[in-house]
Amino acid sequence: MSIRFRHSLLRHAGRAIVLSLLAGTAVVRAQPGVRLGLIYGEGGKRPGIFVLPVSGPAGDSLRTIVMRDLDFGDRVTVLPKATALPSPAGAAPIDYAAAARLGINGVVQLTLVSGGVNIVLFDVAAKQVLQRKTTSLPGTAGSATWRLAAHAVSDLSNEWITGERGAAASRVAYVADGRIWLIDSDGANPVAITSSVRALSPNFSPNGQSVVYAALEPAGSALYVTDLHGASRRVVPPSGLNISPTFTPDGSGIAYAHGDDFGTELYVVGAGGGASRRISIGRGSDNTSPTFSPDGRRIAFTSGRSGRPDVYIADEDGTNADVLAALSSSDQAYRSSPDWSPDGRAIVFQSQLAGRFQSMMITLRDRAVKQLTTEGSNEDPAWAPDARHVVVSSTRTGVRQLWVIDTETGRARQLTTAGGARLAAWSPRLVR
Amino acid sequence: MPRRHVGAALLLISLGLGACKKKQVEVAPVPMSPSTAPAIDDGAARRAREAFVRDSIARANAAAAASAGAAEAANLRAILEAPVLFEYDASDVTDAARASLDAKLPILRTNTAIRIRISGHTDARGSDEYNLALGLRRAASTRKYLSDRGIAVTRIDIVSFGEERPAATGDDDTAFAKNRRAEFEILSGADALQVPPK
Repeated sequence: MSIRFRHSLLRHAGRAIVLSLLAGTAVVRAQPGVRLGLIYGEGGKRPGIFVLPVSGPAGDSLRTIVMRDLDFGDRVTVLPKATALPSPAGAAPIDYAAAARLGINGVVQLTLVSGGVNIVLFDVAAKQVLQRKTTSLPGTAGSATWRLAAHAVSDLSNEWITGERGAAASRVAYVADGRIWLIDSDGANPVAITSSVRALSPNFSPNGQSVVYAALEPAGSALYVTDLHGASRRVVPPSGLNISPTFTPDGSGIAYAHGDDFGTELYVVGAGGGASRRISIGRGSDNTSPTFSPDGRRIAFTSGRSGRPDVYIADEDGTNADVLAALSSSDQAYRSSPDWSPDGRAIVFQSQLAGRFQSMMITLRDRAVKQLTTEGSNEDPAWAPDARHVVVSSTRTGVRQLWVIDTETGRARQLTTAGGARLAAWSPRLVR
Repeated sequence: MPRRHVGAALLLISLGLGACKKKQVEVAPVPMSPSTAPAIDDGAARRAREAFVRDSIARANAAAAASAGAAEAANLRAILEAPVLFEYDASDVTDAARASLDAKLPILRTNTAIRIRISGHTDARGSDEYNLALGLRRAASTRKYLSDRGIAVTRIDIVSFGEERPAATGDDDTAFAKNRRAEFEILSGADALQVPPK
C-alpha cells in the first residue's frame, strides 16, 4: 500500500470524523464522493489514469491538454490515447473489469456542454463514480482563457485522484531579450508583457494578477509593477541600484535590494510605492534576492557578508540572520538566489559545483540538501504552486532555456523553446 | 572653448590638410631645383616664390598647432574614458587600475565642469542579481578612489549593469577579464577640455 493511498485514506478518515460529529457516521458513510482520492496503489505505484475520448470540435484538444497536465503533474501514470478500453456491455458506464485488467485505476470522462465541461471521475476498484462536477470553459476553444480553464480541469482531476491539487492553471514569468514574458505552465502562449527595456527579475503578486520587476535604466535601476497586459507603474524610481523585487506574502509590500556607496541592503516599500524601510543589516556587504516564508515572518536572501555570496535566513526584520546551507565552515561554495516553497517546508537555491551552478533544495526541518540538477548549468530555481516542481534556467541544450524539474523524481521537461530565457518566477494557481 | 570653437578647429584641420596637399604638389620641387632649374633672375618672381613658400610653411604650422589641440582633446577624452579592470568577485582597485585612475585625476582637477558616470560590470559567472550588486560595488570603489583624491563626489554618478552588458562575448578567461570592469561616460562639461599643467 503506497504512502499516497494511506494519505488519501487518512484524509478521508479525518473528513469523515469531522462530518460524523456534525451529521452522524451512518449518513456520511452512505454518501458517495466524500472520500478524497482514488483507491489505488501497490508498492508506491502511481495510479493509472485513462481519459476517455471527448466528442465535439474542441474535444480532442481538451483531452490532450488534460492528459498532458496529468502527466506533467508527476503524480499519476497517464495511459495512452490508444489504450483499448472496451465500451461497457451492461448498464455500468465503464467496463470496470476491463479497465482493471489494463492497469487503469481511474477513468476521467469529459463531456463538453454549453460554455463548460462536465467532469466525471470513475473509481475502477470501487466500481463507482468518485466525483463529478460541471465547470465553465469560457472563450474560444484554444484561446488563452479557454486553455487556462482547461488546465483548471486537469488540476481538479488531479485533486480528485491524488488528494493534491495540480498546478497546471498557472503561468511562468521570465526574462528574454531584456523583456518580461509570460508562458503557460505547459509551454503554450509565450507573450511579452513589457516593451523593450532592460527588465529583470519578475515576481508575481500573491493573487497572480500583477508582476513586479526591475528595469536597468541609464541613470540607475527602478522597480515597476505591471498587470498581465502590460500596464506598468513605477514603485521605486531609478537611484543607485534597485533590484530583485518580491511581493510580501500579504501583497501589501515589495521587498527588494537597494545599493549605494555603502553596499546593497534589503528594503520593503509599499506595493503602491512610497517610503522604504530597511530590513537587512549587512554592514556594508551586498544583500540581494529576498524571498519570504509563506507566513511572512521569515526571509531568505543572498548575502556576501562572509566575504563570498551565500544563502542566509533571518527574521522578517533582518534580525537573527544565519547561514542556511553551508555544510561546514570549510564549505566555500558560491550559493545564491533562494526561493521559499509555497508550503513553507523547503528552499531552493543555486550552488556552484565544479565551476557551474546547480539547483539545490534544502528541507528546513532537517536541513537536508538535495541536488536537483546535473546537466549543464541550472540557475535561479523557482517553485511551482504545487510545492513539488521548480522551474530553472538551464543550459543543458547549449542555450539558456527554462526547464521544469520534479523535485521528487528529478524528471525534467523543457518549458521554453526560444533561447536566452532566465530569471523565472511561477505564478500562484490562477483558477481556484 | 564653446562647441563652435571645436567646429572652427576642425575647419582649420581640414584647411591644414588641404595646405599639405598643395605643398606636396607645388612647393616640394623647390629645394631640388636651384641647380637644375632654369635660371630665373627676375626678382619679382623670386620674391613671389619665396613668399609662397613662407606662407605655405606658416599655413602648415598653424594647421599643425590646431591639429595638436584637437588631438590632445581626443587624447584627454580617451584617458578619461579608459575602462579599469577588476579581479574575479572583487571590487578592490588594482595596481593597474590605479595607474589608469591616476591619469584621469589631473584632467578632472583641471576641468572642473566635467561630470562623469561610472558604470560597474561583471563577468557572466555568478548570480545575475548578485552581480548587479557586485557591479555597483566596483563603480562605488572606483568613485571613492577619485573622491578620496579630491574629485567632488557630486561630479560622479555610479550605476551598475552587472553581467547585462558584456564588453566581450565568450565563455573563456579572456572574455571574463575584459568584462570585469568599470566604464566611464562623460556626461557634461567636456566641450572645451583644458590640458592639465605639467
